[in-house]
Amino acid sequence: MIRIPCPFCGERDHSEFTYGGDGSITYPPLGASAKQWHDAVFQRRNIRGLQTETWHHVFGCRAWLRVERDTRTHEIKSVRAAHPGGQRALDKTP
Amino acid sequence: MSKRLDTKARIDRGRPLTFHWDGRTLPGYAGDTLASALMANNQRVVGRSFKYHRPRGIMSAGVEESGALVTLGDGNRRDPNVRATTQELYQGLVARGQNAWPNVRFDLGGAANLFSRFFAAGFYYKTFMGLPPFEWGRGTGYWMTYEKLIRRAAGMGEATRLPDPDIYDHVHGFCDLLVVGSGPAGVAAARLAAQAGLDVILIEQDFELGGSTLNRAEQATVDLSDTSVRVLTRTTAFGLYDNGVAGLLQRVTDHLSRPPPDQPRQRFWTVRATQTILATGALERSLAFGHNDLPGIMTISAARCYLNRFAVLAGQEITIATCNDSAYGAAVELAQAGAQVRVLESRTLAPQQLSQRALEAGIEIETNTAPLLARGGKSVEQIEVARGDGTAWRAGGVRACDLLLVSGGWSPVVNLQSHRGATPVWSRENACFLPGESDGSLHMAGSAAGIWGTDACVRSGEAAAAAAARTLGRTAPNVDAPRPGGWHHPIQAIYEIRVPGRRLKSFVDFQHDVTSDDVRLAKREGFVSVEHLKRYTTLGMATDQGKMGNIIGLALMAEALGKDIPEVGTTRFRPPYTPISLGALTGRNKARHFRAVRRTPMHDWNRAKNCTMTDAGLWRRPWYAARGEETLQQAYIREATTVRQAVGLCDVTSLGKIAVQGPDATEFLNRIYSNPFAKLAVGKARYGIMLRDDGLVMDDGTTWRLADTDYFMTTTTANAAKVLVWLEELLQLRWPDLKVHVTSVTDQWAACAVAGPKSRQVLEACFENAADVSDDSCPFMGVLQGHLKNGIPCRIARISFSGERAYEIYVPSDYGPALMDLLWAAAEPLAGCLYGLEALGTLRIEKGHVTGAELDGRVTIEDAGLGKMAAKNKSFIGSALRNRPALNDENRPRLVGIFPKDRAETFNGGSILCRPQTLSGHGEGWITGVTHSPTLGHWIGIGFIAGGHHPWSGKTVIAADPLRKGNIEVEIVSPQMVDPEGTRHYG
Ligand SMILES: [Zn+2]
Repeated sequence: MIRIPCPFCGERDHSEFTYGGDGSITYPPLGASAKQWHDAVFQRRNIRGLQTETWHHVFGCRAWLRVERDTRTHEIKSVRAAHPGGQRALDKTP
Repeated sequence: MSKRLDTKARIDRGRPLTFHWDGRTLPGYAGDTLASALMANNQRVVGRSFKYHRPRGIMSAGVEESGALVTLGDGNRRDPNVRATTQELYQGLVARGQNAWPNVRFDLGGAANLFSRFFAAGFYYKTFMGLPPFEWGRGTGYWMTYEKLIRRAAGMGEATRLPDPDIYDHVHGFCDLLVVGSGPAGVAAARLAAQAGLDVILIEQDFELGGSTLNRAEQATVDLSDTSVRVLTRTTAFGLYDNGVAGLLQRVTDHLSRPPPDQPRQRFWTVRATQTILATGALERSLAFGHNDLPGIMTISAARCYLNRFAVLAGQEITIATCNDSAYGAAVELAQAGAQVRVLESRTLAPQQLSQRALEAGIEIETNTAPLLARGGKSVEQIEVARGDGTAWRAGGVRACDLLLVSGGWSPVVNLQSHRGATPVWSRENACFLPGESDGSLHMAGSAAGIWGTDACVRSGEAAAAAAARTLGRTAPNVDAPRPGGWHHPIQAIYEIRVPGRRLKSFVDFQHDVTSDDVRLAKREGFVSVEHLKRYTTLGMATDQGKMGNIIGLALMAEALGKDIPEVGTTRFRPPYTPISLGALTGRNKARHFRAVRRTPMHDWNRAKNCTMTDAGLWRRPWYAARGEETLQQAYIREATTVRQAVGLCDVTSLGKIAVQGPDATEFLNRIYSNPFAKLAVGKARYGIMLRDDGLVMDDGTTWRLADTDYFMTTTTANAAKVLVWLEELLQLRWPDLKVHVTSVTDQWAACAVAGPKSRQVLEACFENAADVSDDSCPFMGVLQGHLKNGIPCRIARISFSGERAYEIYVPSDYGPALMDLLWAAAEPLAGCLYGLEALGTLRIEKGHVTGAELDGRVTIEDAGLGKMAAKNKSFIGSALRNRPALNDENRPRLVGIFPKDRAETFNGGSILCRPQTLSGHGEGWITGVTHSPTLGHWIGIGFIAGGHHPWSGKTVIAADPLRKGNIEVEIVSPQMVDPEGTRHYG
C-alpha cells in the first residue's frame, strides 16, 4: 500500500485517495484547437521513474494534490497542494 | 517408533490434555503442538499426498510443513490443510487426516500411486487440453466432464460449507520499528531499538518467544516485559507492502477449547512501520532421493525441536544424512536421549571437532555417504545408501533405521523481503539465496541474512536496530554488522542423490507430488524458465509455497541445463507467507455491513405507506407502493396512470445536490455545461448537460440560481460523487483563479417530486397563501424559496422529468416526513398516489428522457437526442473534442423509441437490435429500457440504433434476445413516444 503525506492531513493510506491522472499536463484553453485538446487528453508518456501525478484526498480534506512518485518503487518524492493558493498558505505556515 | 521422554522440556506436564485424532482419543500436554502430540503417541501416517495418495508423515516442526496437513475442527468450524506442526494442542481438539478414504492409514485412493507414471507433470494439460486425438476445443469439453472426478480424487481437505460462526477484526497499527521474529537477532534488535527510544512492535508466529533457541537443549526464556516493546505472539507477517506497510494475522482464539464469545477468532492487522527488521530465520532444506517422502523422514532440526522443546524422541534407530555442520549437535543430543544414531556425511571429511564429540557419544559416522532410497511400507525401515567419490554416486549397501533425518542446507527466509521487490542473490559459499538489496527502511538480521552463529545473529540484530534508529534521527551505538556465513567447515551442497540406471521416485515438492523426474521432463519439453517450471509442474504452488523443496527444483533445473543456479534464478515470492483465512480478509465487512446503506429521511414514512424499496447504488429508494394484492406491474401502471391523470408524489432525495457559490459561479457553470448559463436569471432553473473532456456526456441535471452568486445544482443519483470530484478537480487544478466553492449538500436536503396535472393544487394546499405558488409566482422552470405551512422552509423548482406539470420540493432533511405528511394530506383527496422508481421509469421512457442506462459513457449529446443543448457560440468542457469526425458520423447509434410490431407482444431490455436477415454479431443497436405504457396501452422500449429512427421508419427490426425471450419483431419510432410537442408540463 502506498502512503501519501497529504500536506494538510499528514501521511495517510492511499485508500483515502483517488488517483487523478498525469500531473504534468497543462490543459489548453477551452477554445483551443481539437489537436491541442487531443494531445492534452490522450497523449501520455509511460514513465519508468519519477512521474508527476494528481491525487485527490477524497476521504480526507478533499484537496487535489500534485504528487511526484517513482513508478519503479512507489516512493513518493514530493506532495504539493495543486491549488496555488492552498500551497501559498502551506508555505506561510511555519 | 517415537515416544515421549521424561526429560525437561517446554511442555507443561502439570496440564495434561486429551485430543481426538481420526476418532481416537489420545493424551498430550499444554505446550504441545498437534504434531508433537501425535508423535508422542507414535502416529506416523498423518496425511495422504495430493496426486498419488502416498502416505505422509511429519516432516518438519514449523510453517514449512509439507506432510502433516490435517483437517481441524468439526461442523461449522471445520478448517482444512492446517499444519499440525504449528497448531497448538488444546483440550478436546478434534483433527483428522485428509485426502484419504476410509482413513490415512488405509487409503483406497492409494491405487493412484500404481499409475503414477501417467500422472507426470503436465498430465492433465496433455490429456485433456489439445493433443490429438483431443484436438483443441474437444479436449476442453472432456476436461469439463472429467474435472469433477479428478478433483474428487486429487485435492486436499474440504472446508465447511456452513456459515462461519466466528468474528474477525481488522486492526490498524503504527510504529517506528516492526521486528518480525523473536529469535536471538529479533530480540536483540527490539531491545536495542527500544533503548534508543523507538516505538517497537515485535511479532512472533509461534506461541512462545525465542525462535530457534526454543529447540535447544539448554532452555532459556525470552522476556521483553522490562522494555517498552509491544509484543504480539501467534502473529504472522504474511505480507510486506510499499511504504512500510505490513499485513499481520494474529490468531487470538485458535488455541482455545472454548473461544470466549467476546473475542475475535483472528485479527487482521495493517501495520504502518517507518522501519522494518526481518529476523525471520532460516529453514532447513530437504534432499531428493528415492522415496524421500516416506513417513519417518524429517529435517534434522525438526527432530531436535521435538526432543528439546516437546520431550519427544522421534525414533529409536536414527540415521542422519547431512552435508553441513548443523547436524552434529542434534546427533549428540539424540544419542544422549537414548537413540542409536548413525551419521551419513556426504562430505569427504567430517568436521573434526564435531565428529570427535559425536564419536564419544557412540555415534557412527560414514563419510562420502548419502541416502539413495528409503524403504518401508508406511514408514521408513531401511535406507539404501550411496557412496560417493566426489563426482558421482554408486550404490553402497543397506542400513536399518526407523527415522531418517536429512539436511540439504539452510535457506534464509527472504520471502517477505521478496514481497517488497528485492531479488535474492545466490551465495555459492553458503549454498543458499541471501537477501538482495532493499531500500533503507528494510533491514535483514540473523540467519535470515545468512548469518549462522548465535552471537553473530545477536550482533546482526543490534546492527540492524542501530541503523534503523539512526535513520529515525536517534543516537545508537556503533555495531558492526557481521558478514553472512559462519560454517566452521564449508557446506557442500547436495540436492539429489541418484545413481545411473536406477529409476527412483524422488520428491521435490511433497505437497504437490512433484518429483525430480518432473523437473527434468519440464526441461525436455522446453519449460526451462523458472516461472514456466513452476506453472508446468506446480512446483512450489501448494499451500507451503515450496519452503522445503523449491531450491532443489531450481538446482535440478540448473543441472539439467548445465548452468549455475544464479543463471536460472528464482521465482518471486508472493503474499501470503503462510495461508490466511478468508474470514480474516473479510473482517466485519459482511452481511449488512458489507456496504453502507443510505436511507432518505422519508424512509420510514415511505415504508409506512406500503412502499416496496429497491437498491439504487447505496440508496434505498421507493420502487412501487402496491395497493391491496397488486403486483409490481399492476402497481406501476396504476401509479404512472395516476401521474398522467391526477398527481403523484415521489421521494427523490437521493439526487445529488451541490451548492455552487462565489463571485465566479456563473462563469464556472457556463464553462462546465454545454448549454448557456451566463444569462440564467435569479429565481430560474435550467436543465444542463455536462460533457467530459473527450466530448462524451458525463451527467445531466438542473441548476437553480438562488441568488447572484449562489447556485443549487442537482445531479443524477448515480453520479453525485463523481460530479463533485470533477468540479473540485476543475477548480483546484485547472481554474484556480475562479473564486468558486462547491459543497455537497445531498444529505442536507430532503426532496419530493410532485407531478401531474393536479400538482399545483397539491402545492397550493401546502402554502398558507395559495397565490405563493401561482403560475405567475412559479412559472415553468421557476424557482421559489419560502415557507410551507407549519413554517417548513423550502425551495421549489417547477421542473419535469415525467413530462407532466411537476415540481421538485426541497426541505431541510429533518423536515422530510413533515413535508410528506403535508403533501399527502393534499394529494390524497385529489385521487393522488405515491409512485416509485418503476413508474418513474415508465414516465420517462414514454417521454424519451435519458438516465444512466442511456448515458453510459459512450454517448454524445447528439446520440442522446439533445444536440440542441450544445451551445454554438461558447466554448465549454468537451466542446473541442466533441467535434471529432467519428463522433459526428450520421450512422452512430442514436436514441430511439421501440414498439413491438404486434402491439400485444412484449420484449426485453438488453436485447440487441438486428436487421431481420443478420441475426448475429453486434447488431445495429440495443435496448436500454422496456416498460408498459399506460398512455399508449402497449409495451414500449427505449434504446439506440444506428442513424436514429428516421432511416428505420417503416422497416421491421428484430429485438434479439437469444438467451431469454427469443426474437421479437419491433418498429423504431421517435424517442418522444408520448406528448412529442411537450405541452403537458404547462397543463
Ligand atoms: Zn488531506
